[in-house]
Amino acid sequence: MLNFSDLLPYTDVFLGGLLTTIELTVLTTFLGVMVGTLCASIRQYGSKASRRVVAAYVELIRNTPFIVQLFFIFFGLPSIGFLLTPWQASIIALTINLGAYSTEIIRAGLSNIPKGQWEAAKVLGMNFRQTLMRVVFTPAFEKIYPALTSQCIIVMLGSAVLSQISVQDLTYAANLVQSRNFRAFESYVITALMYLGLAMLMRYAFSLIGKRVFAYREVR
Amino acid sequence: MIEFSNWDIVRNLLFATQWTVLLSLAAFVCGSSVALCLSAIRLTRNPVMVRFVKVYIELFQGTPLLMQMFLCFFGLSMMGYEISAWGAAILSLTLFTSAFLVEIWRGCIDTLPKGQWEASRVLGMNFLQTLRFIILPQAMRVAFAPTVGFSVQVVKGTALASVIGFVELTKAGTMLNNATFEPFKVFIFVALIYFALCYPLSLFSQFLEKKYHVAR
Repeated sequence: MLNFSDLLPYTDVFLGGLLTTIELTVLTTFLGVMVGTLCASIRQYGSKASRRVVAAYVELIRNTPFIVQLFFIFFGLPSIGFLLTPWQASIIALTINLGAYSTEIIRAGLSNIPKGQWEAAKVLGMNFRQTLMRVVFTPAFEKIYPALTSQCIIVMLGSAVLSQISVQDLTYAANLVQSRNFRAFESYVITALMYLGLAMLMRYAFSLIGKRVFAYREVR
Repeated sequence: MIEFSNWDIVRNLLFATQWTVLLSLAAFVCGSSVALCLSAIRLTRNPVMVRFVKVYIELFQGTPLLMQMFLCFFGLSMMGYEISAWGAAILSLTLFTSAFLVEIWRGCIDTLPKGQWEASRVLGMNFLQTLRFIILPQAMRVAFAPTVGFSVQVVKGTALASVIGFVELTKAGTMLNNATFEPFKVFIFVALIYFALCYPLSLFSQFLEKKYHVAR
């Protein structure tokens, strides 16, 4: 009954979708972790009011489904005057989502830095920014790197929902193909496997980057 | 054309919320039952079985929940098995939930010292007795907080059932949006209801974590 050869004419469609998903993932992983780093720093070292604002943002995003956030941004914001293309809405939604989760993760890393590190940096004459950039961030990220990796992968998998606002990603490609040749099972199995491959690839890429970034321990 | 007041929107959304709650409960109960079986299988230390559980986890954690739902709903129908949106949603959420719970519980079970197993062996207990009287009661204390924490993910996961046409909170939101053309308001209400469902669970999980002093 299964017939995967019907999918062959649609190789280009699948590859196009795969490329879109990869593109979105790379871009929003970068943006999301930036937002997370910024918000985690505020949450850890900021004033009381700014900490509250970040906490509210994190809790609001972590306790609502991604698809609702996406619909709110794509359908809701234009109705009050912010016109967004599906692509823009996707990037905003993914960044906000990953930003909130990574804030919580990175903050755990920051709070793990011993006080002595801060004191030592102060004695060496470093200011707040220098201490953060040169002393605190690397070991903090090293500690939470596996958790951050998993979260980025979860967000990549969550991006399948973007097909619902007609972003032409991998899931969109699967839907398109199965609506043309009625091979739903085959089309979705292949797509699911591609996501699985992508998840494994991401884990590998993250570990490669991690090895480079956290190589400072080795004495040269 | 029918006019919708704010109360009409909220009332309809709340009506749909009961399906979200019901779906979450069903998925959570089914998911944890499957996860319990898989955990037991893993603990038998039979290499083939352990491998199977590993692949299961990798497969359902490494693919999008939406894809699993499409496979269960459209895929199975195309293969000739009639399945309702409700059935497909429960099936896929069960697979998703169990894959994550097995992994969470694995951590909890592995924190118990190996001596616990050896001591029960010496006392003449068999595998199931050890599990029932020694391992589970201790592991459950540790597992409570992260399990409650994960239930938030299950509630949020049910939102994807809207895509295969099951009318729960998110689907009701899109339908109301189509009727009222007020997406800003409608989706804020939807988000707030989800928040009201999930936030207490998050808080409860944090409370449990403090109470049991579990280092994760």
